[in-house]
Amino acid sequence: MTINEIQDEIIDDFSMFGDWMEKYEYIIDLGKTLPIIDEQYKDEDHLIKGCQSKVWLHADKQGNKVVFTADSDAIITKGIISLLVKVLSEQNPEAVKDADLYFIDKIGLKEHLSPTRSNGLVSMVKQMKLYGLALTQAQ
Amino acid sequence: MADTITKNKVGFDIEKVRKEFPLLSREMNGKPLVFLDSAASSQKPQVLLDSIEHYYKHLHSNVHRGVYQLSQEATNAHEHGRKQIQQFINAASDKEIIFVRGTTEGINLVASSYGRKFLKEGDEVLVSAMEHHSNIVPWQLACEQAGAHLKVIPINDKGELLMDELDELLTERTKIVSLVHVSNALGTINPVKEVIAKAHAKGIPVLVDGAQAIPHMKIDVQELDADFYVFSGHKMFGPTGIGILYGKEKWLNEMPPYHGGGEMIKTVTFEKTTYNELPFKFEAGTPDIEGSIGIGVAAEYIQQIGQEAIAQYEHELLEYATAQLSQIEGIRFVGTADNKASVISFLIDGTHPYDVGTILDKLGIAVRTGHHCTQPLMDRFDIPGTVRASFAFYNNKEDIDRLVEGVKKAASMLR
Repeated sequence: MTINEIQDEIIDDFSMFGDWMEKYEYIIDLGKTLPIIDEQYKDEDHLIKGCQSKVWLHADKQGNKVVFTADSDAIITKGIISLLVKVLSEQNPEAVKDADLYFIDKIGLKEHLSPTRSNGLVSMVKQMKLYGLALTQAQ
Repeated sequence: MADTITKNKVGFDIEKVRKEFPLLSREMNGKPLVFLDSAASSQKPQVLLDSIEHYYKHLHSNVHRGVYQLSQEATNAHEHGRKQIQQFINAASDKEIIFVRGTTEGINLVASSYGRKFLKEGDEVLVSAMEHHSNIVPWQLACEQAGAHLKVIPINDKGELLMDELDELLTERTKIVSLVHVSNALGTINPVKEVIAKAHAKGIPVLVDGAQAIPHMKIDVQELDADFYVFSGHKMFGPTGIGILYGKEKWLNEMPPYHGGGEMIKTVTFEKTTYNELPFKFEAGTPDIEGSIGIGVAAEYIQQIGQEAIAQYEHELLEYATAQLSQIEGIRFVGTADNKASVISFLIDGTHPYDVGTILDKLGIAVRTGHHCTQPLMDRFDIPGTVRASFAFYNNKEDIDRLVEGVKKAASMLR
């Protein structure tokens, strides 16, 4: 599936939630159930330090795809990370670099990707795109 | 307990006071706002908003410059603000009241100016383990410049200064002590009067960061015998962008200017400039006139409500909130000093402060989460941060009930 197809699917999933609580319960569940990074990568080198929560990000190139794994110490941040990974992982680097992540706004989570929120997510998306750029150039 | 608060004769009508703060009637995420972040910045009473509007409508012009009537009136209002603050903290003279942008700038001014004059290689500056970054970094800069060292008074697990250690840390190398009066992250009220007495016994001056103390208690700088006392307008129901540096005249006279420019000079030639007298020596450029008027109005407003009544009421809120929150399973309070202001920092087992704060926000409850600009303190407790609820006299029992309910909800969703 392309990045936009995955985004549209997520938007569709989220349209079924009646209120903010159902939405957040779902995100919290995502955060709880997904072990999304190998413990060995939860180190200083992979750490993106936000003021509020920490994020770890690891990128790996498999064939012509970039594979992301990530984690956070805050569960809501982790839930949102799992959505971002779902959208951007196993795509080709150029698509990652050029991705327009409109789904975040559409599912009403824009506030979490505000630079002033300082939860590490903005830096994480930036870092993901930088990996996309670096791996595009390496191709 | 709840009834005690409403029944208690606190000396002011809480519901009437709440109505004087227009913002408190806002809704947030579809629910009536519960504002529990006054330690970050307090809300503003109507009387302050009116004074600012009045200033711009009727008085505005530059101060200390014009020969015309309007400028004289603006100058009078500006200087009246200074006199109100002098009286508010019982300074000996209005020359000792310097208008700055806030606590941060006040500390930077002293660290830079006092540091240039008095800090030499090998000297020491003493702070505590519970300082805000703005009472750490300016001193690090000053120490770096002078080749001096920053020393730290340690704290116990309750978040109280280890006073025994203080005696050993005060040496002939110590050139200044810079200490927070009330901790923004823990709520601890430090025994500043005692610290000042100990430091003075060895001839060492003391700066007190009063940002969190000024909205909660009566401050008498002469009674404390503080050499410097710094605070911000916006935390005491006044405007943002204005703060006060109180300094004893003898120190301020000895210190070199901080910023250069208009207002702070007596004569300027390209060869030599002579500086203006206090307080103007430290006030370069056109001042924040609405701020100096506003902070005076805020001080008067606090006094009208009554500082003793405020302290008593907030103490009751603190006790009520502590008792109610204690019933939540897995709650851990960070900062349990015997002497506390109305700040409660806590963690809920198995949850991250950011997550709790996010859920509370969805419920219309504004709290602060994170390290509260006190990273060394968070490291001391080995935690990433806390959830912090802070109360002002405009908060009530219902606010606390909503908080407790919200934290329970967040815990059930997150665990």
